[in-house]
Amino acid sequence: MVELSVNLGELKLKNPVLTASGTFGYGEEYADFVDLNRLGGFIVKGTTLEPREGNDYPRMAETPSGMLNAVGLQNKGVDYFIEHIYPRICHYDTEVLVNVSGKCVEDYVKVCEKLAPLEKINAIEVNISCPNVKQGGMAYGTTCEGAAEVTSAVRKAWSRHLMVKLSPNVTSIADIARAVEDAGADSVSLINTLLGMAVDVERRRPYLSTVTGGLSGAAVKPVAVRMVWQVAKAVSIPVVGLGGIMNGSDALEFIMAGARAIEVGTANFIDPSVTMKIIDGITEFCDRQGVKDINELVGII
Amino acid sequence: MNSKKLMLDMTVTENTPLGSLYGLLKLVPTDGSPLPDIAAGQFVQVEVSDSKTTYLRRPISVNYVDYKENRLWLLIRKAGEGTRHLAAAEVGKVINVILPLGRGFGIDNISGKKVLLVGGGVGVAPLLYLGEKLKEKGITPDFLLGARSEKDLLQLDDFAKTGNVFTSTEDGSHGEKGLVTTNSAFDGAYDKIFCCGPMPMMKAVAAVARKKGVECEVSLENKMACGLGACLCCVEKKNDGHNVCVCTDGPVFNINELPW
Repeated sequence: MVELSVNLGELKLKNPVLTASGTFGYGEEYADFVDLNRLGGFIVKGTTLEPREGNDYPRMAETPSGMLNAVGLQNKGVDYFIEHIYPRICHYDTEVLVNVSGKCVEDYVKVCEKLAPLEKINAIEVNISCPNVKQGGMAYGTTCEGAAEVTSAVRKAWSRHLMVKLSPNVTSIADIARAVEDAGADSVSLINTLLGMAVDVERRRPYLSTVTGGLSGAAVKPVAVRMVWQVAKAVSIPVVGLGGIMNGSDALEFIMAGARAIEVGTANFIDPSVTMKIIDGITEFCDRQGVKDINELVGII
Repeated sequence: MNSKKLMLDMTVTENTPLGSLYGLLKLVPTDGSPLPDIAAGQFVQVEVSDSKTTYLRRPISVNYVDYKENRLWLLIRKAGEGTRHLAAAEVGKVINVILPLGRGFGIDNISGKKVLLVGGGVGVAPLLYLGEKLKEKGITPDFLLGARSEKDLLQLDDFAKTGNVFTSTEDGSHGEKGLVTTNSAFDGAYDKIFCCGPMPMMKAVAAVARKKGVECEVSLENKMACGLGACLCCVEKKNDGHNVCVCTDGPVFNINELPW
């Protein structure tokens, strides 16, 4: 049986399969379909300092092999998370990562300060790549200066594992990755959604209330694999790959391209038990090909 | 009711086209396992596996649960590629279904009450099972079913077996001519109205209910991805200004929860 555990720096995962923020709620939503304790970890919904109602409906449009969303970081805020949600999910035998977002650098820092006393949270994923908010979000993730500014400020407020989630909506994602590595990130995850748009021609208007939204699902996978490969060559910190992973074979593409761990997102909407199948798929592949340790496959391309 | 949600392979045992726009699928769990408790107004998420353009599941309301035959009925309107594929499913085809989902109609304290069930178009679907559940509680419901024309009125025989049926058609080809809100059924005294149909119809029925001071619940069908309360795509704004998920807080809402 293959050894599946991987280390992201100091953060130890029992296997490389995480769930992507915004697609897995707080884990509980999937408890009827998934043994959460089997996951490498799950990353909860993007959390902000203040509660956010998100964007107006409609927020979703199906596209070829994918979907656009414009949720806009709807969440009840970090205080609600700490008081009501954390106590319900802190007993799982898996890593729980909080995805942190903000409209200004100070917001990111304050959220991290509030999360710091939570013993179960060994890592945060800093979201500098949400395409669906007017302030903050992707604005920071599309320049090296902005990405570094958020990362170094958070670094001072957060001593445990610091993952930064990168936007694909840039000219050179490797440059951004290097900037956040230099600013103190422990790992990078990529890709967040690709900025997209769809038009309802019968009604002559966009499908989304915000006109544009974030594209995810199988459609984005080749772009994501390419970016993971480029970033893995550019930085020495671990890379976490995501974007359109539907099965074990997709996950292995990212791993071979340089990802130490992967996140599963939109696929959870189609098959809520897909993460279990992905773990099984990776295991089956490794056993069949005689791979003793998943780490042997990381970045072989 | 908070039944455990299941992901089941189900086999199509019957597919009856209803006019050119609709199909009635009857499905049994492929492994023969018994169907779970399903409340009237709950829905299922159906995978569409053989359509090139369909990526996500399709939320379909539960039309009826035949526990004697262990069969789930889904009434499908061919609205787009995905539902066209579902409606074309051949007998023997296996379809993956997640169920039961959402909050159904509020019928816990309904005993002894007089209720009107108003449906329009494919929105009549959940009302058949609701009528059956009401019958189990000793209530004979009145159904008011609306459609453009006679050929769009669905399952009239099944509804007639469950309760009293009033109809409205826009062209007057069946029942009263006009919209459901002008139907004489509304002259009756009701304690509660349950409604499912196109948004303008539900809003009009809600307005009538408010005017008459009758309690009213409506079933919404916002576009959704997961159906589990995770993606936050299907939100509806409530009275208090907060967005809630139609898939988990609904699909059924009391109109007093909504800013209609």
